[in-house]
Amino acid sequence: MGKRFACHKISEGCATAEVIKTKERIMFYQVRPEDGMMDEKDHEIRGKIIAKKVLIFPGGKGSSVVQQDGLYHLDRFGNMPSALIVSDPDPVLVAGAIIMEIPMVDRIDQEFYDTVKDGDQVTVNADEGYVEIL
Amino acid sequence: MKLNEDQQAMLDGKYGEGAAYAMKIQVGIGECFDAERMVPIKRAHVALSNQAGDLWFAEKLVAAGAKCRVAPTVNPGWSLEFFQKGWPDLTDADIEHMQRTDNAYRTLGAVLSYNCTPYVATNVPNFGEVCAFSESSAPPYVNSVWGARTNRESANSALCAAVTGCVPEYGLLLDENRKGDIVVHVEADMKSAYEYHCLGMMGDKIGEGLPVFVGLPKVITPEALRNFGAQLNTSGAYGMYHIVGFTPEAPDLETALGGKKPKHEVVITDKDLKDFAEKFSDENDGKIDFAMFGCPHFTLEETKYIAEHLEGKKLAVPMYILVSSHAAQMADRMGLTKVLNDAGADVVPDSCPDQPVWHFLKGKTGVTESPKCAYYPRRRGLKFVLRDLDGCIEAALTGEVK
Repeated sequence: MGKRFACHKISEGCATAEVIKTKERIMFYQVRPEDGMMDEKDHEIRGKIIAKKVLIFPGGKGSSVVQQDGLYHLDRFGNMPSALIVSDPDPVLVAGAIIMEIPMVDRIDQEFYDTVKDGDQVTVNADEGYVEIL
Repeated sequence: MKLNEDQQAMLDGKYGEGAAYAMKIQVGIGECFDAERMVPIKRAHVALSNQAGDLWFAEKLVAAGAKCRVAPTVNPGWSLEFFQKGWPDLTDADIEHMQRTDNAYRTLGAVLSYNCTPYVATNVPNFGEVCAFSESSAPPYVNSVWGARTNRESANSALCAAVTGCVPEYGLLLDENRKGDIVVHVEADMKSAYEYHCLGMMGDKIGEGLPVFVGLPKVITPEALRNFGAQLNTSGAYGMYHIVGFTPEAPDLETALGGKKPKHEVVITDKDLKDFAEKFSDENDGKIDFAMFGCPHFTLEETKYIAEHLEGKKLAVPMYILVSSHAAQMADRMGLTKVLNDAGADVVPDSCPDQPVWHFLKGKTGVTESPKCAYYPRRRGLKFVLRDLDGCIEAALTGEVK
């Protein structure tokens, strides 16, 4: 068993996948639906794929439409992230995750953030309130 | 979260499947933010977008039998009256999509206002009123300028609130979360509404929190405040700000900060705004193909201003001025539309720049005064150069930006 950390459920569900981290806020409108690649000019993870990954990021940004619609387009190509871990949730992102049924959590100990790195396999279990680095 | 009897009954399906689904989403949001209860609203605004995800969600609510308890005003898609069949690159599928959006929101019982600046005229809350506003430019205006209370709702959560007639009580609905924690000293010369666009784009520099602005002029127009809020939510996620000596909850700096020390202070200068504008424009050779205004919708006042500058002149490139149907009708009555049409400009009601009706401009370069206007349609292949309004008008007359 890997290292477990308690978390707070935002959107229900459970998923295990590879991690991709960014220090920058995300707008799913700026992710290319066809392959799940971050396409925003000057974004820290521009060119990287977020499809089917556990995405660790601070929170959302942008207009009140961009998250759910962006996720909807990703979903049509099967390219939504598997789970979302945030530190500063906002209602636009939260509503988007709940409606598109992606597990999302927050409130995790800093040790998790210090330990986890790109490429790690992580389980996000929103229903039971933990994340685990496998 | 504790629900009252009626709210619990709604969640349990007494008012139908659609209302139960809307309530379930709102309870989920409330629990995320540790809300203790749901509170009633009488006013909502939904950022209808006519995007695929928007239509999917609206039709899902329709299919589940949802009806709005509070009729919300809505954002624009594109005008079915203005953009007739035969408009370049507009497909039958695009037309059918907009018609379905129109039908879905009509069936849900929305006010079909198709305007993204409801806080200027059609849906203005009172001081202290709790409401549910989506559309990025709306919460900053509603909270900061009017002193009403809304969280930064998503298009979906605002529609849910319109259906259930209530919102979870958290965030900006509570006194303790309406105090500033960043002080922004504005040393830049805020000479027109355009500078407020640029100031709003300083999100990276301002940082996360609730900014309190000092050093702004005594008189700030509704257009400037509209721009300011729109860009604050393009460059970051701000539901509220204070302007000391101007907005109602900021009579002085101490009150705006709730008597506490700010977590940091920032200075914004002319150079910051200029650097932003230069970096923001897409690469260009100085030539432009069109001009676009109205993201968010231009007011009648701005339409009049452009008409006065174009009277008797001919534009070198097309100009599109996006406005509310109310402003469009007033412009018609006042003879402004004719002046603008004669010069080669269109007054476009009920429409948004991020819509398929503009696909014929793909690969072309426009001039606009709004960063938000440039930001979203970029993914449709439209390019933009940023200038202030006078600079845009000049560019549209000559076909070149200076």
